[in-house]
Amino acid sequence: MTGGFPQHAAGHVPVLRLGDVLLVTLQGDLHDSAAEQLQQDIGEAIAAHRSRGVVIDVSGVEIVDSFLGRVLAEIAAKAELLAAQTVVAGMRPAVAITMVELGLTLPGLRTALTAEEAVRGFGGTDPVLRTARTRLGSP
Amino acid sequence: MPEQEAAEQHGVPEREIGDFLHRRREQIAQRWADETFFRSVFTVSREEAVDAGRALVDALAQVAASGRVTDPEAAGFSQVREQLARMCAARSRAGLTPSEVSRDVAALRPPVVDLLVAELRDAPEQRLRERSNLLTVLMGTLRVIVMEAALSENQALIDRQRMQLMEMATPVIKLWDGIVAVPLIGTLDSARSQVVMETLLESVVEQQAHFAILDITGVPTVDSLVAQHLMKTVAAARLMGAECVVSGIRPAIAQTIVHLGLDLGSVVTRASLADALAYALRKLGADIVPPSSHGAGER
Amino acid sequence: MDTAAGVEACLPITSDMDLVWVRQHVRQAAAQLGFGLVDQTKLVTAASELARNTLVHGGGGRIEVTALTDGPVPGLRLTFRDEGPGIADLDRALTDGYTSGDGLGMGLGGARRLVHEFAIDSAPGAGTTVTVTSWVARPPRPRGEA
Repeated sequence: MTGGFPQHAAGHVPVLRLGDVLLVTLQGDLHDSAAEQLQQDIGEAIAAHRSRGVVIDVSGVEIVDSFLGRVLAEIAAKAELLAAQTVVAGMRPAVAITMVELGLTLPGLRTALTAEEAVRGFGGTDPVLRTARTRLGSP
Repeated sequence: MPEQEAAEQHGVPEREIGDFLHRRREQIAQRWADETFFRSVFTVSREEAVDAGRALVDALAQVAASGRVTDPEAAGFSQVREQLARMCAARSRAGLTPSEVSRDVAALRPPVVDLLVAELRDAPEQRLRERSNLLTVLMGTLRVIVMEAALSENQALIDRQRMQLMEMATPVIKLWDGIVAVPLIGTLDSARSQVVMETLLESVVEQQAHFAILDITGVPTVDSLVAQHLMKTVAAARLMGAECVVSGIRPAIAQTIVHLGLDLGSVVTRASLADALAYALRKLGADIVPPSSHGAGER
Repeated sequence: MDTAAGVEACLPITSDMDLVWVRQHVRQAAAQLGFGLVDQTKLVTAASELARNTLVHGGGGRIEVTALTDGPVPGLRLTFRDEGPGIADLDRALTDGYTSGDGLGMGLGGARRLVHEFAIDSAPGAGTTVTVTSWVARPPRPRGEA
Protein backbone atom coordinates (compact mmCIF):
# COMPACT_ATOMS: atom_id res chain seq x y z
CA MET A 1 0.00 0.00 0.00
CA THR A 2 1.68 3.22 -1.03
CA GLY A 3 0.76 6.80 -0.25
CA GLY A 4 -2.33 7.74 -2.17
CA PHE A 5 -5.72 6.15 -1.97
CA PRO A 6 -6.15 3.52 0.73
CA GLN A 7 -7.82 0.29 -0.36
CA HIS A 8 -10.88 -0.54 1.71
CA ALA A 9 -11.62 -4.19 1.65
CA ALA A 10 -13.97 -5.39 4.38
CA GLY A 11 -12.29 -4.64 7.71
CA HIS A 12 -9.04 -3.90 5.95
CA VAL A 13 -6.95 -1.25 7.62
CA PRO A 14 -5.10 0.97 5.16
CA VAL A 15 -1.38 1.56 5.57
CA LEU A 16 -0.36 5.01 4.35
CA ARG A 17 3.12 5.99 3.39
CA LEU A 18 4.39 9.43 4.36
CA GLY A 19 7.94 9.55 3.10
CA ASP A 20 9.82 6.89 4.95
CA VAL A 21 7.24 6.63 7.70
CA LEU A 22 4.16 4.45 7.59
CA LEU A 23 0.93 5.71 9.14
CA VAL A 24 -1.80 3.33 10.25
CA THR A 25 -5.04 4.69 11.64
CA LEU A 26 -7.10 2.25 13.66
CA GLN A 27 -10.76 3.11 13.89
CA GLY A 28 -13.58 1.74 15.99
CA ASP A 29 -13.77 -1.96 16.44
CA LEU A 30 -11.06 -4.03 14.83
CA HIS A 31 -11.83 -7.66 14.54
CA ASP A 32 -9.22 -10.30 15.08
CA SER A 33 -8.63 -11.32 11.48
CA ALA A 34 -8.28 -7.70 10.34
CA ALA A 35 -5.69 -7.18 13.08
CA GLU A 36 -3.68 -10.16 11.90
CA GLN A 37 -3.94 -9.03 8.30
CA LEU A 38 -2.64 -5.64 9.37
CA GLN A 39 0.42 -7.18 10.99
CA GLN A 40 1.22 -8.83 7.72
CA ASP A 41 0.58 -5.71 5.66
CA ILE A 42 2.83 -3.57 7.81
CA GLY A 43 5.66 -6.06 7.60
CA GLU A 44 5.41 -6.14 3.83
CA ALA A 45 5.18 -2.36 3.58
CA ILE A 46 8.26 -1.79 5.74
CA ALA A 47 10.23 -4.16 3.59
CA ALA A 48 8.91 -2.75 0.34
CA HIS A 49 9.62 0.88 1.19
CA ARG A 50 12.52 0.53 3.63
CA SER A 51 10.46 2.53 6.13
CA ARG A 52 12.20 3.93 9.17
CA GLY A 53 9.09 4.20 11.25
CA VAL A 54 5.56 3.02 11.81
CA VAL A 55 3.04 5.27 13.53
CA ILE A 56 -0.11 3.59 14.75
CA ASP A 57 -2.82 6.12 15.51
CA VAL A 58 -5.15 4.72 18.17
CA SER A 59 -7.01 7.95 18.92
CA GLY A 60 -10.15 6.40 17.47
CA VAL A 61 -9.85 3.15 19.38
CA GLU A 62 -12.27 2.60 22.24
CA ILE A 63 -11.14 -0.82 23.41
CA VAL A 64 -7.73 -2.41 23.62
CA ASP A 65 -7.96 -5.92 24.99
CA SER A 66 -5.16 -8.44 25.47
CA PHE A 67 -5.45 -9.61 21.88
CA LEU A 68 -5.03 -6.16 20.37
CA GLY A 69 -2.32 -5.41 22.90
CA ARG A 70 -0.42 -8.45 21.73
CA VAL A 71 -0.90 -7.42 18.11
CA LEU A 72 0.57 -3.99 18.84
CA ALA A 73 3.54 -5.52 20.66
CA GLU A 74 4.13 -7.94 17.79
CA ILE A 75 3.96 -5.21 15.19
CA ALA A 76 6.61 -3.30 17.13
CA ALA A 77 8.82 -6.34 17.53
CA LYS A 78 8.58 -7.25 13.87
CA ALA A 79 9.23 -3.67 12.80
CA GLU A 80 12.32 -3.50 14.96
CA LEU A 81 13.70 -6.61 13.30
CA LEU A 82 13.24 -4.78 10.03
CA ALA A 83 15.05 -1.72 11.42
CA ALA A 84 11.94 0.40 11.85
CA GLN A 85 10.67 2.05 15.03
CA THR A 86 7.04 1.82 16.01
CA VAL A 87 5.15 4.53 17.88
CA VAL A 88 1.61 4.12 19.21
CA ALA A 89 -0.05 7.52 19.34
CA GLY A 90 -3.16 9.13 20.77
CA MET A 91 -4.22 6.53 23.30
CA ARG A 92 -7.41 7.63 25.03
CA PRO A 93 -7.35 8.03 28.85
CA ALA A 94 -10.15 5.51 29.45
CA VAL A 95 -8.34 2.97 27.30
CA ALA A 96 -4.97 3.58 28.99
CA ILE A 97 -6.55 3.26 32.43
CA THR A 98 -8.25 0.02 31.46
CA MET A 99 -5.14 -1.46 29.90
CA VAL A 100 -3.14 -0.77 33.04
CA GLU A 101 -5.82 -2.38 35.20
CA LEU A 102 -5.81 -5.36 32.88
CA GLY A 103 -2.06 -5.62 33.31
CA LEU A 104 -1.33 -4.61 29.74
CA THR A 105 1.30 -1.92 30.20
CA LEU A 106 3.26 -2.79 27.04
CA PRO A 107 6.67 -1.74 28.35
CA GLY A 108 9.13 -1.00 25.61
CA LEU A 109 6.40 0.16 23.24
CA ARG A 110 7.04 3.77 22.25
CA THR A 111 4.16 6.17 22.55
CA ALA A 112 3.23 9.73 21.62
CA LEU A 113 0.39 12.11 22.41
CA THR A 114 -0.66 12.47 18.78
CA ALA A 115 0.04 10.87 15.43
CA GLU A 116 1.20 14.20 14.11
CA GLU A 117 3.79 14.49 16.83
CA ALA A 118 4.93 10.94 16.23
CA VAL A 119 5.39 11.52 12.51
CA ARG A 120 7.19 14.81 13.15
CA GLY A 121 9.45 13.00 15.53
CA PHE A 122 10.82 10.83 12.78
CA GLY A 123 11.64 13.96 10.84
CA GLY A 124 14.47 15.36 12.88
CA THR A 125 15.72 16.61 16.17
CA ASP A 126 12.41 17.65 17.73
CA PRO A 127 13.06 17.85 21.48
CA VAL A 128 9.42 17.07 22.13
CA LEU A 129 9.85 13.58 20.80
CA ARG A 130 12.89 12.97 22.94
CA THR A 131 10.78 13.47 25.99
CA ALA A 132 8.18 11.07 24.66
CA ARG A 133 10.94 8.57 24.94
CA THR A 134 11.34 7.59 21.32
CA ARG A 135 14.86 6.53 20.61
CA LEU A 136 15.38 7.61 17.05
CA GLY A 137 19.01 6.78 16.63
CA SER A 138 21.12 9.87 15.93
CA PRO A 139 19.39 13.15 16.81
CA MET B 1 -75.54 -6.52 52.22
CA PRO B 2 -72.47 -8.07 50.74
CA GLU B 3 -70.16 -6.63 53.39
CA GLN B 4 -72.07 -8.22 56.21
CA GLU B 5 -72.18 -11.56 54.48
CA ALA B 6 -68.46 -11.46 53.95
CA ALA B 7 -67.96 -10.42 57.56
CA GLU B 8 -69.87 -13.44 58.73
CA GLN B 9 -67.49 -15.71 56.97
CA HIS B 10 -65.03 -15.76 59.90
CA GLY B 11 -62.10 -16.11 57.54
CA VAL B 12 -58.54 -15.64 58.74
CA PRO B 13 -58.26 -11.93 59.68
CA GLU B 14 -55.40 -11.37 57.26
CA ARG B 15 -57.38 -12.70 54.38
CA GLU B 16 -60.26 -10.48 55.35
CA ILE B 17 -58.03 -7.46 55.24
CA GLY B 18 -56.81 -8.63 51.87
CA ASP B 19 -60.37 -8.90 50.63
CA PHE B 20 -61.22 -5.52 52.09
CA LEU B 21 -58.31 -3.87 50.32
CA HIS B 22 -59.25 -5.55 47.10
CA ARG B 23 -62.88 -4.40 47.42
CA ARG B 24 -61.98 -0.84 48.33
CA ARG B 25 -59.11 -0.58 45.90
CA GLU B 26 -60.55 2.21 43.81
CA GLN B 27 -61.62 4.32 46.76
CA ILE B 28 -58.31 3.95 48.51
CA ALA B 29 -56.36 4.78 45.36
CA GLN B 30 -58.49 7.88 44.82
CA ARG B 31 -57.97 9.09 48.37
CA TRP B 32 -54.24 8.39 48.20
CA ALA B 33 -53.90 10.37 45.00
CA ASP B 34 -54.65 13.47 47.07
CA GLU B 35 -52.11 12.67 49.77
CA THR B 36 -48.72 14.36 49.71
CA PHE B 37 -46.75 11.20 48.97
CA PHE B 38 -48.54 10.65 45.67
CA ARG B 39 -49.51 14.20 44.80
CA SER B 40 -46.00 15.56 45.06
CA VAL B 41 -44.55 12.82 42.88
CA PHE B 42 -47.19 12.61 40.17
CA THR B 43 -47.47 16.31 39.57
CA VAL B 44 -48.58 16.11 35.97
CA SER B 45 -51.39 13.59 35.95
CA ARG B 46 -53.70 12.66 38.79
CA GLU B 47 -54.67 9.55 36.86
CA GLU B 48 -51.06 8.40 37.08
CA ALA B 49 -51.18 8.91 40.83
CA VAL B 50 -54.37 6.86 41.04
CA ASP B 51 -52.77 4.15 38.92
CA ALA B 52 -49.79 4.01 41.22
CA GLY B 53 -52.16 3.92 44.17
CA ARG B 54 -54.06 0.99 42.70
CA ALA B 55 -50.84 -0.94 42.21
CA LEU B 56 -49.87 -0.31 45.81
CA VAL B 57 -53.24 -1.42 47.14
CA ASP B 58 -52.99 -4.59 45.06
CA ALA B 59 -49.59 -5.30 46.53
CA LEU B 60 -50.83 -4.72 50.08
CA ALA B 61 -53.83 -6.95 49.44
CA GLN B 62 -51.58 -9.70 48.22
CA VAL B 63 -49.28 -9.42 51.21
CA ALA B 64 -52.22 -9.47 53.59
CA ALA B 65 -53.77 -12.49 51.90
CA SER B 66 -50.49 -14.35 52.13
CA GLY B 67 -50.43 -13.71 55.86
CA ARG B 68 -47.06 -11.91 55.79
CA VAL B 69 -48.11 -8.52 57.17
CA THR B 70 -45.01 -8.10 59.32
CA ASP B 71 -42.51 -9.11 56.65
CA PRO B 72 -40.89 -6.39 54.52
CA GLU B 73 -39.51 -9.14 52.28
CA ALA B 74 -42.97 -10.52 51.52
CA ALA B 75 -43.40 -11.51 47.90
CA GLY B 76 -46.41 -9.28 47.42
CA PHE B 77 -44.25 -6.18 47.76
CA SER B 78 -41.89 -7.08 44.95
CA GLN B 79 -44.21 -5.73 42.27
CA VAL B 80 -44.20 -2.23 43.76
CA ARG B 81 -40.66 -2.04 45.05
CA GLU B 82 -39.33 -0.32 41.96
CA GLN B 83 -42.24 2.13 41.93
CA LEU B 84 -41.73 2.92 45.62
CA ALA B 85 -38.00 3.35 45.05
CA ARG B 86 -38.68 5.86 42.29
CA MET B 87 -41.15 7.76 44.42
CA CYS B 88 -38.64 7.86 47.28
CA ALA B 89 -35.95 9.07 44.93
CA ALA B 90 -38.24 11.87 43.77
CA ARG B 91 -39.00 12.91 47.34
CA SER B 92 -35.30 12.73 48.26
CA ARG B 93 -34.41 14.96 45.36
CA ALA B 94 -37.05 17.38 46.60
CA GLY B 95 -34.94 17.60 49.74
CA LEU B 96 -36.77 15.31 52.13
CA THR B 97 -34.92 13.21 54.68
CA PRO B 98 -35.75 9.50 54.90
CA SER B 99 -37.75 10.20 58.08
CA GLU B 100 -39.81 12.80 56.32
CA VAL B 101 -40.54 10.46 53.44
CA SER B 102 -41.56 7.81 55.94
CA ARG B 103 -43.95 10.29 57.55
CA ASP B 104 -45.49 10.96 54.14
CA VAL B 105 -46.28 7.27 53.96
CA ALA B 106 -47.69 7.24 57.49
CA ALA B 107 -50.27 9.73 56.26
CA LEU B 108 -51.61 7.05 53.92
CA ARG B 109 -52.90 5.01 56.80
CA PRO B 110 -55.82 7.13 58.13
CA PRO B 111 -57.85 7.12 54.87
CA VAL B 112 -57.69 3.35 54.73
CA VAL B 113 -58.52 2.86 58.39
CA ASP B 114 -61.47 5.25 58.01
CA LEU B 115 -62.87 3.05 55.26
CA LEU B 116 -62.35 -0.06 57.36
CA VAL B 117 -64.05 1.48 60.36
CA ALA B 118 -66.98 2.49 58.19
CA GLU B 119 -67.30 -1.05 56.89
CA LEU B 120 -67.11 -2.73 60.25
CA ARG B 121 -69.27 -0.13 61.98
CA ASP B 122 -71.80 -2.73 63.04
CA ALA B 123 -69.29 -5.44 63.87
CA PRO B 124 -68.32 -6.40 67.41
CA GLU B 125 -65.67 -4.03 68.78
CA GLN B 126 -63.20 -6.89 69.28
CA ARG B 127 -63.38 -7.66 65.59
CA LEU B 128 -62.95 -4.07 64.51
CA ARG B 129 -59.97 -3.63 66.79
CA GLU B 130 -58.33 -6.80 65.54
CA ARG B 131 -58.75 -5.89 61.88
CA SER B 132 -57.73 -2.31 62.47
CA ASN B 133 -54.56 -3.38 64.26
CA LEU B 134 -53.72 -5.71 61.44
CA LEU B 135 -54.12 -2.92 58.94
CA THR B 136 -51.92 -0.69 61.06
CA VAL B 137 -49.24 -3.36 61.19
CA LEU B 138 -49.42 -3.81 57.43
CA MET B 139 -49.07 -0.08 56.81
CA GLY B 140 -46.21 -0.09 59.31
CA THR B 141 -44.40 -2.69 57.24
CA LEU B 142 -44.92 -0.50 54.20
CA ARG B 143 -43.29 2.34 56.09
CA VAL B 144 -40.28 0.10 56.79
CA ILE B 145 -39.91 -0.66 53.11
CA VAL B 146 -40.17 2.99 52.16
CA MET B 147 -37.66 3.92 54.85
CA GLU B 148 -35.22 1.34 53.50
CA ALA B 149 -35.69 2.63 49.97
CA ALA B 150 -35.20 6.21 51.08
CA LEU B 151 -32.04 5.34 53.02
CA SER B 152 -30.69 3.46 50.07
CA GLU B 153 -31.35 6.41 47.78
CA ASN B 154 -29.73 8.65 50.35
CA GLN B 155 -26.64 6.48 50.40
CA ALA B 156 -26.47 6.58 46.62
CA LEU B 157 -26.70 10.37 46.77
CA ILE B 158 -23.91 10.51 49.31
CA ASP B 159 -21.76 8.30 47.12
CA ARG B 160 -22.36 10.57 44.14
CA GLN B 161 -21.54 13.66 46.14
CA ARG B 162 -18.41 12.07 47.49
CA MET B 163 -17.22 11.39 43.95
CA GLN B 164 -17.99 14.97 42.97
CA LEU B 165 -16.13 16.24 45.99
CA MET B 166 -13.13 14.14 45.14
CA GLU B 167 -13.14 15.46 41.63
CA MET B 168 -13.30 19.03 42.85
CA ALA B 169 -10.58 18.40 45.37
CA THR B 170 -8.24 17.25 42.63
CA PRO B 171 -7.24 20.39 40.78
CA VAL B 172 -4.88 19.82 37.90
CA ILE B 173 -2.70 22.81 37.30
CA LYS B 174 -1.00 23.78 34.09
CA LEU B 175 2.49 24.82 35.09
CA TRP B 176 3.76 25.51 31.60
CA ASP B 177 3.00 24.62 28.03
CA GLY B 178 3.15 20.89 28.03
CA ILE B 179 3.48 20.49 31.79
CA VAL B 180 0.63 19.78 34.20
CA ALA B 181 0.75 19.03 37.89
CA VAL B 182 -1.59 17.67 40.51
CA PRO B 183 -0.90 18.20 44.20
CA LEU B 184 -2.16 15.15 46.05
CA ILE B 185 -3.43 15.96 49.50
CA GLY B 186 -4.42 13.50 52.16
CA THR B 187 -4.76 9.78 51.99
CA LEU B 188 -4.68 8.22 48.59
CA ASP B 189 -7.22 5.45 48.77
CA SER B 190 -8.48 3.42 45.86
CA ALA B 191 -11.46 5.64 45.11
CA ARG B 192 -9.45 8.84 45.22
CA SER B 193 -6.62 7.54 43.16
CA GLN B 194 -9.10 6.54 40.46
CA VAL B 195 -10.43 10.09 40.38
CA VAL B 196 -6.92 11.55 40.37
CA MET B 197 -5.86 9.30 37.53
CA GLU B 198 -8.89 10.11 35.40
CA THR B 199 -8.72 13.84 36.04
CA LEU B 200 -4.99 14.01 35.42
CA LEU B 201 -5.12 12.02 32.19
CA GLU B 202 -8.02 14.08 30.85
CA SER B 203 -5.91 17.12 31.52
CA VAL B 204 -2.97 15.58 29.68
CA VAL B 205 -5.16 15.33 26.59
CA GLU B 206 -6.66 18.79 26.97
CA GLN B 207 -3.32 20.48 27.55
CA GLN B 208 -1.39 18.15 25.26
CA ALA B 209 1.01 17.81 28.16
CA HIS B 210 4.16 15.76 27.79
CA PHE B 211 4.80 15.89 31.49
CA ALA B 212 2.47 15.20 34.40
CA ILE B 213 3.83 15.93 37.85
CA LEU B 214 2.33 14.03 40.75
CA ASP B 215 3.22 15.91 43.89
CA ILE B 216 2.85 13.81 47.00
CA THR B 217 4.03 16.40 49.52
CA GLY B 218 0.58 16.32 51.11
CA VAL B 219 0.32 12.55 51.29
CA PRO B 220 1.10 11.48 54.86
CA THR B 221 2.22 7.91 54.23
CA VAL B 222 3.30 5.91 51.26
CA ASP B 223 2.69 2.19 51.56
CA SER B 224 2.58 -0.49 48.92
CA LEU B 225 -1.02 0.35 47.99
CA VAL B 226 -0.26 4.04 47.49
CA ALA B 227 2.81 3.09 45.48
CA GLN B 228 0.64 0.79 43.38
CA HIS B 229 -1.84 3.58 42.66
CA LEU B 230 0.94 5.95 41.68
CA MET B 231 2.48 3.34 39.40
CA LYS B 232 -0.82 2.78 37.65
CA THR B 233 -1.12 6.47 36.88
CA VAL B 234 2.46 6.52 35.65
CA ALA B 235 1.85 3.51 33.40
CA ALA B 236 -1.37 4.92 31.97
CA ALA B 237 0.24 8.28 31.22
CA ARG B 238 3.09 6.46 29.50
CA LEU B 239 0.67 4.63 27.26
CA MET B 240 -0.71 8.00 26.24
CA GLY B 241 2.70 9.42 25.40
CA ALA B 242 3.28 11.49 28.52
CA GLU B 243 5.86 11.11 31.23
CA CYS B 244 5.03 11.29 34.92
CA VAL B 245 7.33 12.74 37.52
CA VAL B 246 6.65 12.04 41.16
CA SER B 247 7.70 14.94 43.36
CA GLY B 248 7.47 15.71 47.05
CA ILE B 249 9.50 12.73 48.17
CA ARG B 250 10.45 13.76 51.67
CA PRO B 251 13.39 11.98 53.26
CA ALA B 252 11.04 10.10 55.56
CA ILE B 253 9.01 8.91 52.58
CA ALA B 254 12.16 7.87 50.74
CA GLN B 255 13.13 5.89 53.82
CA THR B 256 9.77 4.12 53.87
CA ILE B 257 9.94 3.31 50.19
CA VAL B 258 13.38 1.78 50.50
CA HIS B 259 12.49 0.04 53.74
CA LEU B 260 9.37 -1.55 52.27
CA GLY B 261 11.24 -2.45 49.11
CA LEU B 262 8.61 -0.68 47.02
CA ASP B 263 9.33 -0.77 43.34
CA LEU B 264 8.73 2.55 41.66
CA GLY B 265 9.94 1.21 38.36
CA SER B 266 11.72 3.69 36.18
CA VAL B 267 9.64 6.70 37.14
CA VAL B 268 11.59 9.87 37.72
CA THR B 269 11.27 11.24 41.22
CA ARG B 270 12.22 14.57 42.73
CA ALA B 271 12.20 15.98 46.22
CA SER B 272 10.16 19.06 45.36
CA LEU B 273 7.63 20.28 42.83
CA ALA B 274 10.12 22.95 41.80
CA ASP B 275 12.75 20.33 41.00
CA ALA B 276 10.21 18.37 38.99
CA LEU B 277 9.28 21.48 37.04
CA ALA B 278 12.95 22.18 36.30
CA TYR B 279 13.40 18.61 35.07
CA ALA B 280 10.42 18.85 32.75
CA LEU B 281 11.44 22.25 31.39
CA ARG B 282 14.90 21.00 30.58
CA LYS B 283 13.48 17.99 28.83
CA LEU B 284 11.31 20.28 26.76
CA GLY B 285 14.43 22.10 25.63
CA ALA B 286 14.02 25.16 27.80
CA ASP B 287 17.00 26.41 29.66
CA ILE B 288 16.81 27.82 33.13
CA VAL B 289 19.38 30.55 33.75
CA PRO B 290 19.83 32.74 36.77
CA PRO B 291 19.27 36.47 36.25
CA SER B 292 22.32 37.90 34.46
CA SER B 293 24.90 39.09 36.96
CA HIS B 294 25.87 42.21 34.98
CA GLY B 295 22.35 43.59 34.84
CA ALA B 296 22.29 45.66 37.99
CA GLY B 297 18.99 46.89 39.35
CA GLU B 298 16.69 45.54 36.66
CA ARG B 299 13.43 46.49 38.25
CA MET C 1 -39.27 3.25 32.67
CA ASP C 2 -38.14 -0.08 31.33
CA THR C 3 -34.38 0.09 31.57
CA ALA C 4 -34.04 -3.56 30.67
CA ALA C 5 -35.31 -3.06 27.14
CA GLY C 6 -32.46 -3.11 24.64
CA VAL C 7 -30.04 -4.09 27.37
CA GLU C 8 -30.92 -7.70 27.99
CA ALA C 9 -29.91 -10.18 25.36
CA CYS C 10 -28.54 -13.61 24.69
CA LEU C 11 -25.88 -13.57 21.98
CA PRO C 12 -23.96 -16.43 20.40
CA ILE C 13 -20.16 -16.55 20.55
CA THR C 14 -19.16 -18.75 17.67
CA SER C 15 -16.96 -16.60 15.45
CA ASP C 16 -14.58 -13.66 15.34
CA MET C 17 -17.37 -11.42 14.16
CA ASP C 18 -19.46 -12.39 17.19
CA LEU C 19 -16.80 -10.85 19.42
CA VAL C 20 -17.47 -7.54 17.70
CA TRP C 21 -21.21 -7.85 18.28
CA VAL C 22 -20.66 -8.73 21.91
CA ARG C 23 -18.47 -5.68 22.43
CA GLN C 24 -20.93 -3.41 20.70
CA HIS C 25 -23.90 -4.73 22.63
CA VAL C 26 -22.19 -4.49 25.99
CA ARG C 27 -21.02 -0.98 25.16
CA GLN C 28 -24.52 0.11 24.24
CA ALA C 29 -26.07 -1.61 27.26
CA ALA C 30 -23.59 -0.05 29.66
CA ALA C 31 -24.11 3.40 28.17
CA GLN C 32 -27.85 3.01 28.41
CA LEU C 33 -27.70 2.09 32.08
CA GLY C 34 -25.62 5.15 32.83
CA PHE C 35 -22.12 3.77 33.27
CA GLY C 36 -19.39 6.41 33.01
CA LEU C 37 -16.89 6.24 30.17
CA VAL C 38 -14.07 4.59 32.08
CA ASP C 39 -16.42 2.03 33.62
CA GLN C 40 -17.93 1.32 30.21
CA THR C 41 -14.49 0.78 28.76
CA LYS C 42 -13.53 -1.59 31.56
CA LEU C 43 -16.71 -3.59 31.21
CA VAL C 44 -16.51 -3.89 27.43
CA THR C 45 -12.85 -4.86 27.63
CA ALA C 46 -13.65 -7.53 30.21
CA ALA C 47 -16.44 -8.77 27.95
CA SER C 48 -14.02 -8.92 25.05
CA GLU C 49 -11.53 -10.97 27.06
CA LEU C 50 -14.12 -13.37 28.38
CA ALA C 51 -15.91 -13.75 25.06
CA ARG C 52 -12.64 -14.53 23.36
CA ASN C 53 -11.91 -17.15 26.02
CA THR C 54 -15.28 -18.69 25.37
CA LEU C 55 -14.52 -18.82 21.68
CA VAL C 56 -10.91 -19.90 21.74
CA HIS C 57 -10.75 -22.12 24.81
CA GLY C 58 -14.36 -23.12 25.18
CA GLY C 59 -15.01 -24.04 21.58
CA GLY C 60 -17.75 -21.43 21.33
CA GLY C 61 -20.73 -20.65 23.51
CA ARG C 62 -22.92 -17.70 24.38
CA ILE C 63 -23.27 -14.60 26.50
CA GLU C 64 -26.31 -13.61 28.53
CA VAL C 65 -26.70 -9.95 29.35
CA THR C 66 -28.97 -9.00 32.25
CA ALA C 67 -29.90 -5.67 33.77
CA LEU C 68 -30.00 -5.54 37.57
CA THR C 69 -30.84 -3.05 40.25
CA ASP C 70 -29.52 -2.78 43.78
CA GLY C 71 -31.97 -0.32 45.24
CA PRO C 72 -31.57 2.74 43.06
CA VAL C 73 -28.28 1.63 41.54
CA PRO C 74 -28.41 -0.05 38.12
CA GLY C 75 -26.05 -2.86 37.29
CA LEU C 76 -25.10 -5.08 34.39
CA ARG C 77 -24.47 -8.80 34.60
CA LEU C 78 -22.70 -10.76 31.89
CA THR C 79 -22.70 -14.54 31.88
CA PHE C 80 -20.41 -16.42 29.51
CA ARG C 81 -21.17 -20.09 28.98
CA ASP C 82 -19.46 -22.79 27.02
CA GLU C 83 -19.60 -26.56 26.91
CA GLY C 84 -15.90 -26.84 26.28
CA PRO C 85 -13.19 -28.82 28.00
CA GLY C 86 -13.36 -26.78 31.20
CA ILE C 87 -10.45 -25.43 33.23
CA ALA C 88 -8.40 -27.89 35.20
CA ASP C 89 -6.42 -25.50 37.38
CA LEU C 90 -8.66 -22.56 38.24
CA ASP C 91 -6.17 -20.96 40.60
CA ARG C 92 -3.50 -20.80 37.97
CA ALA C 93 -5.96 -19.53 35.39
CA LEU C 94 -6.86 -16.66 37.67
CA THR C 95 -3.30 -15.47 38.05
CA ASP C 96 -1.96 -13.31 35.28
CA GLY C 97 -0.66 -14.90 32.15
CA TYR C 98 0.49 -11.64 30.66
CA THR C 99 3.93 -11.41 32.06
CA SER C 100 4.93 -14.46 30.08
CA GLY C 101 4.05 -12.39 27.04
CA ASP C 102 2.59 -15.23 25.08
CA GLY C 103 -0.76 -13.51 24.96
CA LEU C 104 -2.41 -16.86 25.39
CA GLY C 105 -2.97 -16.02 29.04
CA MET C 106 -6.52 -16.88 29.86
CA GLY C 107 -7.26 -13.24 30.60
CA LEU C 108 -9.31 -14.23 33.62
CA GLY C 109 -7.20 -12.52 36.26
CA GLY C 110 -7.11 -9.32 34.30
CA ALA C 111 -10.80 -9.41 33.46
CA ARG C 112 -11.57 -9.90 37.12
CA ARG C 113 -9.91 -6.61 38.00
CA LEU C 114 -12.09 -4.77 35.52
CA VAL C 115 -15.42 -5.68 37.12
CA HIS C 116 -17.02 -5.42 40.55
CA GLU C 117 -18.09 -9.04 40.95
CA PHE C 118 -16.60 -12.12 39.36
CA ALA C 119 -17.59 -15.76 39.64
CA ILE C 120 -16.40 -18.78 37.70
CA ASP C 121 -17.71 -22.29 37.54
CA SER C 122 -15.63 -24.74 35.62
CA ALA C 123 -14.37 -28.29 35.73
CA PRO C 124 -12.66 -30.57 33.23
CA GLY C 125 -15.24 -31.98 30.88
CA ALA C 126 -18.00 -29.86 32.35
CA GLY C 127 -17.71 -26.62 30.43
CA THR C 128 -17.19 -23.18 31.88
CA THR C 129 -19.49 -20.45 33.12
CA VAL C 130 -18.11 -17.03 34.00
CA THR C 131 -20.41 -14.44 35.55
CA VAL C 132 -19.33 -10.83 35.99
CA THR C 133 -21.30 -7.91 37.38
CA SER C 134 -20.62 -4.22 37.53
CA TRP C 135 -22.60 -1.40 39.12
CA VAL C 136 -23.03 2.16 37.96
CA ALA C 137 -20.92 4.90 39.56
CA ARG C 138 -20.11 2.84 42.61
CA PRO C 139 -16.83 4.03 44.08
CA PRO C 140 -14.30 1.25 43.47
CA ARG C 141 -13.77 -0.97 46.44
CA PRO C 142 -10.20 -1.10 47.67
CA ARG C 143 -8.32 -4.01 46.20
CA GLY C 144 -5.76 -5.54 48.47
CA GLU C 145 -4.04 -7.61 45.82
CA ALA C 146 -0.68 -6.46 44.59
